[in-house]
Amino acid sequence: MTLPAPLLTATDISLRFGAIPALDHVGAELWPGEVLAVVGESGSGKTTLLNVLSGRARPDSGVVWYRDPDGHLHDVHAMPEPRLRALHRSDWGFVHQDPREALRLDVSAGGNIGERLMAQGFRHYGRIREEAASWLARVEIDGARIDDFPRTFSGGMLQRLQIAKTLVTHPRLVFMDEPTGGLDVSVQARLLDLIRGLVGSLGLAVVLVTHDLAVARLLAHRIMVMQRGRVVEAGLTDQVLDDPQHPYTQLLVSSVLQA
Amino acid sequence: MTLMLRTDGLAKQFTLHLQGGIKLPVLEGVDLDVHAGECVALSGPSGAGKSTLLRALFGNYRADGGRIWVRHRGSMVDLAAASPRVVLAIRQQTLGYVSQFLRVVPRVPSLQIVAEASPAPDAEARARDLLRRLNIPARLHALPPATFSGGEQQRVNLARGFISGHPILLLDEPTASLDAANAKIVVGMIRDAKARGAAVVGIFHDTDVRDAVADRLHEVRPRQDAA
Repeated sequence: MTLPAPLLTATDISLRFGAIPALDHVGAELWPGEVLAVVGESGSGKTTLLNVLSGRARPDSGVVWYRDPDGHLHDVHAMPEPRLRALHRSDWGFVHQDPREALRLDVSAGGNIGERLMAQGFRHYGRIREEAASWLARVEIDGARIDDFPRTFSGGMLQRLQIAKTLVTHPRLVFMDEPTGGLDVSVQARLLDLIRGLVGSLGLAVVLVTHDLAVARLLAHRIMVMQRGRVVEAGLTDQVLDDPQHPYTQLLVSSVLQA
Repeated sequence: MTLMLRTDGLAKQFTLHLQGGIKLPVLEGVDLDVHAGECVALSGPSGAGKSTLLRALFGNYRADGGRIWVRHRGSMVDLAAASPRVVLAIRQQTLGYVSQFLRVVPRVPSLQIVAEASPAPDAEARARDLLRRLNIPARLHALPPATFSGGEQQRVNLARGFISGHPILLLDEPTASLDAANAKIVVGMIRDAKARGAAVVGIFHDTDVRDAVADRLHEVRPRQDAA
């Protein structure tokens, strides 16, 4: 039996862009099945943190440890490049704000999902198509669109297709960068509800970057509030949003318009 | 009688950084014991800090001083010092809280809002029974409660709060938007919870409801604002 332990542990991460401290001694932990929201304004360092946690950017100092399913720890930034890429194709997923970064628009919807399975060694065409069809259904895309090109899809559909493509390999850990940003409010609500259901039923661990406190409230167990590269406040989502302690968090919370 | 909940010198003040750092002390030196099968009603004028105390007991507001002992899986755990993961486990298994208002999630049907608060395999059947007991007709179960009346939303919220059968229940004005008939049903549910050994702390402005469920009162006194 493996004792419960964090999937991801980041200690004392710093990164400067020239004179600007993008990340200033940041620490974070993520446990299996846990959703952690990183909130803050543009330029607070939240997306940079996501990139460092996922190995897409290298910190000046600090370590990110990933615990694999066998309980072995890996220093994310000391991993050989092919190993990290393999991790991103299987155990990990990354949902971009702009789905075009993850999808190929000249490959069919089913092909986009199937690609990720093939990269994992799946070869049986019928099985791959079956999986693709079942994932299209799970993200509420009409199965009849399986052979259509994503460039004919709406923004909301593209985002749902990206999520299907990401989750088809059953990752344990998913990084999400403003997954509902840039979408119409009604499309956002549907997507949020979908993400909420999938995260719960699959028991995913998620690091979610968002500037939208309502999105954090709906999806996250815990919140980290970032300002100028620092974590100024962290805790349970409802604690941080209902009883904010730091002046910056109080400003963020009080700036939200109530509909 | 088993002690279920105890506060030792619980204190809470708010610091309003956007208003020049003004400090509002709300709770100070709160000592409260609640035993299994007992209902304690918080009393005191509006603004005295009753809801603040209830939220602090749930770990929603962070205590500034003192301890909040909660009987969780057989032993007393200090909620005020517990890590976020432990607080979540305590809320899942031990500590239920029914707020005054339902937080509506777009698109999620009422039945699911209630059922997902319970990890039990028969959660959906239980949710259906509870909603029926609270006079939410079956035709509404599949609808998100966004368009429901205040009373209907409160009853969905109550069903959500009661579904898990938590050993400790915190109730903030559970009958505020309900008519007499529905308030009576809620009184019955609170009595049932006490009969199965739940410890209940509540705010009840309706004195009939309070007299029908509370074993004793705990007075919350207003604090003076400090500069």
